[in-house]
Amino acid sequence: MGQNIKIKRGLDINLEGTPSFDVHSVDSPATFAIKPTDVKGLVPKMNVKQGDEVKAGDCLFTDKKNERICFTAPVSGEIAEIVRGDRRAILAVKILADSTVSFTSFNTAGYISKTADELKELLLTSGLWPFIVQRPFGVLADPSVTPKAIHVSGFDSAPLAADLSITLKGEEANIAAGFEVLKKLTSGKVHLNLHTSKDSSVYGSVSGVERNTFSGPHPSGLVGVQINKIDPINKGEVVWTIKPQHVAFIGKFFETGNVDLEQTIAIAGSEVTKPAYYKTRVGADISGLLSNNLRSDNVRVISGNVLTGTKIAKDGYLGLYDTQISVIPEGDHYELLGWLFPSYPRPTISSTLPISKFLKKTFKANTNPHGEHRAFVVTGQYEKVMPMDIMPQQLIKSIMAKDLEQMENLGIYEVIEEDMALCEFVCTSKIDVQRVLSEGLELMAEES
Amino acid sequence: MKFLRDQVDKLKPTFSEGGKLSFLHSTFDALETFLFVPNHTTHSGGHIRDGIDLKRTMFIVVIALLPALMFGMWNLGYQFHRAVGMEVSVLENFWYGMLQTLPIIIVSYGVGLGIEMAFAQFKGHPVNEGFLVTGLLIPMVMPADVPLWMVGLATAFAVVIGKEVFGGTGMNLLNPALTARMFLYIGYTPEMSGDKCWVPIADGVATVDGYSGATTLGNLSMASGEGKPWSDSLLSWGTTIMDSVYGTIPGSIAETSVIAILIGAALLIVTGVGSWKIMLSTVLGGLFMGGILNMVGGNAWYDMPAWYHLVIGGFMFGTVFMTTDPVSAAQTERGKWIYGFFIGVLTILIRVFNPGYPEGIMMAILLMNVFAPLIDYKVIQSNIKMRLKRVKA
Repeated sequence: MGQNIKIKRGLDINLEGTPSFDVHSVDSPATFAIKPTDVKGLVPKMNVKQGDEVKAGDCLFTDKKNERICFTAPVSGEIAEIVRGDRRAILAVKILADSTVSFTSFNTAGYISKTADELKELLLTSGLWPFIVQRPFGVLADPSVTPKAIHVSGFDSAPLAADLSITLKGEEANIAAGFEVLKKLTSGKVHLNLHTSKDSSVYGSVSGVERNTFSGPHPSGLVGVQINKIDPINKGEVVWTIKPQHVAFIGKFFETGNVDLEQTIAIAGSEVTKPAYYKTRVGADISGLLSNNLRSDNVRVISGNVLTGTKIAKDGYLGLYDTQISVIPEGDHYELLGWLFPSYPRPTISSTLPISKFLKKTFKANTNPHGEHRAFVVTGQYEKVMPMDIMPQQLIKSIMAKDLEQMENLGIYEVIEEDMALCEFVCTSKIDVQRVLSEGLELMAEES
Repeated sequence: MKFLRDQVDKLKPTFSEGGKLSFLHSTFDALETFLFVPNHTTHSGGHIRDGIDLKRTMFIVVIALLPALMFGMWNLGYQFHRAVGMEVSVLENFWYGMLQTLPIIIVSYGVGLGIEMAFAQFKGHPVNEGFLVTGLLIPMVMPADVPLWMVGLATAFAVVIGKEVFGGTGMNLLNPALTARMFLYIGYTPEMSGDKCWVPIADGVATVDGYSGATTLGNLSMASGEGKPWSDSLLSWGTTIMDSVYGTIPGSIAETSVIAILIGAALLIVTGVGSWKIMLSTVLGGLFMGGILNMVGGNAWYDMPAWYHLVIGGFMFGTVFMTTDPVSAAQTERGKWIYGFFIGVLTILIRVFNPGYPEGIMMAILLMNVFAPLIDYKVIQSNIKMRLKRVKA
């Protein structure tokens, strides 16, 4: 039997522009892009060059550190451009898509009786492997290890998050098939973590997994928090995580033999005219989704949610792992005595802003940090939004001091950036908690 | 707003690097960000941030201090006129006290902010808001009769030795305002204690019969030294214990009124700016130690009802405004309980057992400031042990 866990410390940030329940289809965009920058620490080794024709499922590039790990094309078409940045680092591989997607076919027949190694090989060559994320550090999973458990968070609690019962509707069989594959990859349990007040009917036909139920506010939907509550990661242990959308990809792949990365994503936020769900594919050019769909010009487009997502251009591309686009106003304006008399409501946990805290229900939040960076002064605020048994401020300080032993002692193996995003949000001193943590994780990963 | 912004933008190049007045860059920056929250935006990680910042946090503390300060000003006038036997209006009392207090506040802010801005400019970092609170706390814990040069000297000492040598705001070990007071207490004891310094009365001005400017703490110290028993007559001249609650007694400028201080405490607790855990545990620590001494009994100090300790001297002021300084206090949530409790206990111990210092809260807080990192260390170790135990299990 799974566990029932109540998350008390946390915060739901209610923003304007929750997606309506409609799922729209739009014309498939002309270009797609896979961005190596979406994957932490990835140095790509190119497998294609500009002008090459590819089918969906063909390998675009591999991970230089482990060349078995492929990243494949989400659509068929022609390699339009390999975008390079500083020091010729590859930023994106753009594909000019065919009007109808043709697939490279994989032989997945009888997958149910295949061994773990055979399944891994198929996942690696098909390019579905990168969807499995490894903890500690939140990096690409190492195919040579067997994790002690695999965790799937069956819901998303982030601000403006997609309702998975909508985005995964119709994927029930694929999800069930995907879980069958996952079960073979671990020696331990596969945990499916659900929320008591969220619809989880799409997981109805999943069997043989540990179902844990959570209640309470964000970050209850973060898989890191769930792992910490169910079966925490100790030094030397490895756990894998994967999002339900990607479990469906895996299931579909083994059922059909095709790498079909079609998914339903949410377009949300106060600056979106019609916040709703849209059917598209991994790596899609989002300009079509946002054209005539924005309220103003001066906006921040985020692939992912407002706490952890990546800033992209209005004609940018959906991130590899993201199932949501958030659009909020930029905050690049001066505010006269704004620290004393805030001129508009803003999300907060501080009772020093009583109107925002107690009266206002949803916010039109912008990207102004509402203050400048300062040294740590206030204490006890991170703890209010940190449900894990980790001392957040002390951990961040140990990273600032580059004290590796202390970082390990204080539980750095159990967290990745998103787990401390709320700490960053509430920080009075406006410390970039996620950036600091990221440096710490990098340092630890190098050392171990 | 547009007009003001344009003016600021016009001035900005003069104070920026390469400008004529670039040596005042930090000062300009401090004033600019006081007027306008900057137009910066987030770039990575969290795209939205909470509306709270350090300016607002510190400003809440300043507001919380005002009831005690206002009352203190009035009380200064009241004490003076009571001593010389004059009946005057509330406003006249307040005016008298304000004229005594304002120069001290101006010197404290002037010296402190000057040094802060110089350090900020020199080290190339923005001016921190912390001194807005410290600069007001320093005058509030001074005796009204303190010479202004002493205030300036103590402020300079507190900012430079108490804070900047540790790396500035957020890094200091000791509470800066108490460091200032301690500096004067040790260096200029006669001006900082006794029965003359609390209510300034010029030489040759006649006081009413029987008048004494001594505080309750002073009387008690004397009485227990002479082996006299406890009685309410040991409270400061012509007052009852309720006067200590209202604050109509001599003392440091703003420390006397328990009620005014509690109004500030309520604001700090409701807004979450001050830690209720520390305040509560300090009070509990004081009552605990006072209670034990009551049971032992023997002299005036031992026999005074334990709760009297909370309302006489600087106990309440220290508890609400000094122990809760987040930088010098314990920073872990469990550590805060321990930290506060020991401050309460130590305050009473110092009051009762130390013949040299009638007041104990200042020493107790500074002592626990020093021990706060140790308390935190133990709390952090318990978290680490929990994690290690999990590996073994």
